[in-house]
Amino acid sequence: IFQKMKILVGVKRVVDYAVRVRVANNTIDLSNIKMSLNPFCEIAVEQAVRMKESKMASEVIAVNIGPAKGGTETLRTALAMGCDRGIHITTEQRTDFLEVQPRTVSQIFKSLVDEEEPSLVLLGKQGIDSDCGQVGPMLAGLLNWPQVTFAASLEQGDDGDSTLKLDRETDSGTEQLQVQLPSVVTCDLRLNEPRYATLPNIMKAKKKKVDVRDISTFGDAGVDLEPHLQVLEITEPPSRQAGIVVQDVDELVSKLKDEAKVI
Amino acid sequence: HRHQKLLLYWHSIDFFHYFFRSDIYYKASHLSRVEIHQHNSVHIKNPILEITMSLQTISRRLLSRSTATLVSKKSKPLVTTMATRSYLSHSQLPEEHKMIYDMCRSFADNELSPNAGEWDKKHEFPTDAVTKLAELGMMGINVSSDFGGSEMDALSYAIAMEEISRGCASVGVIMSAHNSLYLYPIDTWGTDAQKEQFVEPYATCAHGDGLKVGCFGLSEPGNGSDAGAASTTATLDGDEWVLNGTKAWITNAHEASAAVVFATTDKDLKHKGISAFIVPMDAEGFSLGAKEDKLGIRASSTANLIMDQVRIPKDYLLGEQGQGFKIAMQTLDGGRIGVAGQALGIASASIDVAAKYALEREAFGKPIAQLQSIQNKLSAMAVARDSARLLTWRAAMLKDNKERFVREAAMAKLAASEAATMCAHQAIQVLGGMGYVSDMPAERHYRDARITEIYEGTSEIQHLVIAGDLFKEYKQAS
Repeated sequence: IFQKMKILVGVKRVVDYAVRVRVANNTIDLSNIKMSLNPFCEIAVEQAVRMKESKMASEVIAVNIGPAKGGTETLRTALAMGCDRGIHITTEQRTDFLEVQPRTVSQIFKSLVDEEEPSLVLLGKQGIDSDCGQVGPMLAGLLNWPQVTFAASLEQGDDGDSTLKLDRETDSGTEQLQVQLPSVVTCDLRLNEPRYATLPNIMKAKKKKVDVRDISTFGDAGVDLEPHLQVLEITEPPSRQAGIVVQDVDELVSKLKDEAKVI
Repeated sequence: HRHQKLLLYWHSIDFFHYFFRSDIYYKASHLSRVEIHQHNSVHIKNPILEITMSLQTISRRLLSRSTATLVSKKSKPLVTTMATRSYLSHSQLPEEHKMIYDMCRSFADNELSPNAGEWDKKHEFPTDAVTKLAELGMMGINVSSDFGGSEMDALSYAIAMEEISRGCASVGVIMSAHNSLYLYPIDTWGTDAQKEQFVEPYATCAHGDGLKVGCFGLSEPGNGSDAGAASTTATLDGDEWVLNGTKAWITNAHEASAAVVFATTDKDLKHKGISAFIVPMDAEGFSLGAKEDKLGIRASSTANLIMDQVRIPKDYLLGEQGQGFKIAMQTLDGGRIGVAGQALGIASASIDVAAKYALEREAFGKPIAQLQSIQNKLSAMAVARDSARLLTWRAAMLKDNKERFVREAAMAKLAASEAATMCAHQAIQVLGGMGYVSDMPAERHYRDARITEIYEGTSEIQHLVIAGDLFKEYKQAS
């Protein structure tokens, strides 16, 4: 199954991780802000490309839901890293949870999975703008496929080439799982270190095929495009307070116990 | 009517207003001018920021009769020639240039900036980083893919040079000397056999024998600017050339394995007697001088190439006999775009460090960024850097369009190198005492910037080149 395995990778266009966002009028102001490929999606792309290079997969398709201009740029970055082709679903709605929400994204992905029939869907564990982490699990649910979230390592499984062996990072430790394909896997930070796109690959990316479709075509086919969650308020986190200097360890312990209440 | 055809069309861009006020042209006679007009394919709500450069000579007769017709905002340009691309900022670049910009920028931030200080202190050639650059295709950036290169254009090169040099100016010069000065002449004038041997293994890093770097031997102890007075000789002996002489100030000398060397085959013909040769540096009789102890770009090696009865096969002659000077000059034209890119990188790095510092450092009760003296400095630095960047991009675009770009490249290098020294100087000033110590990179930028006004044509030579080309144009018109 590996030889013919198709991988579908989600690539989300988000606010660049280094940018300090501003809250204005109860929303995040996105004008003139630097946007880039979601770091976790970048890790997913890297993993997919590595699987292709090690002959575990034969084709990698990158999928983006985003604005006409920006979305193509994000896809080209993924193509320059080594994906074979892209699917760009254009929408002028905000994709940072305020308008296009995980439920819609999952339904669109299900539609694409039905069409392309990949054996593996690789996604970033979450978008750094919405921090939802919902598309992976929702998509697995819609497809009725097994899912492994927060993958920190990925290799061929022990039971033949239709299985994968993964490490999954949780707050209480790392699990080792084996999963039967087809499956949905979301990628965490320690899975790999994404490559820089080489210049020849940047040039090749220009010629790779990107299939552009409007999101309304999915709406017509039955996908629910409306947001069902309304964001009531957005505030900036409280600004960092100055620390205090304690005289000795006893004072530190008493402060931790009585004031911070962490011990 | 004829006069109507002369109408020039420009926007009152504050930035360019300084240069293109209409009163300068009122009733002026023989002029050549830069035409700014709206580029059609870029749709921007506020067209103030669009520029397309094209050069136009307007005959004296027509102009002297023109009056207020010179100024009109809506008039159509006479001729739309040249570079029809209109990139004002990185966001207006085509996709692949933006991708190169992003890639080089993150490479510089992750791999170069954190280590540049260390490399500078130890005078250490950053082999790992340069090898990674080669693996990314940056050490063969303009070479055709038939010979293992990345086949990118000059604009990509300029952008890549700026971002890489922002991280480490030494890596910038290593990359620039290798690409513009070594690979370009062989790729342009070399035979296929020469390219297979001396371009392909040097444009990629895929040959298992590690990083292969080249260098360019033109300057000598006795002549730098006066390139036509080369005293290194090449004599034909049977089917071998015998080279004798010394080349000075050669970048990459200690890491390179091949050099493009200029030697005279007939001193009587002066600069027309100079020829270019490809010299493998492991040839017998070839040796290196000691590494120069430089003020800046210390991670790159600079030394003499000493040739004592060095024999090379007859077919290592590059181009034709006597064509050497022309090869050198044309190579340097392209090299100037690379060095301009490097200088821009140093200027940008200086602006980065100064601006970030100014936002944090407090004096008189507030961050110094709120003080006018500091604001004036940062603004001047940004204008100098941005204008030099546009000059550099213009030269690159002309080169890509296969148009003559000698003057524009000289202007770019002149402006960028002066911007680099000014920005680095002011960056130290903004940082105050912190600018003087090695804890902050400002002092390294100051030292790195200085060489950009000297190599690949001193600023004085650039002035001569620009003036020469300028006067040539006026002489043609009259």
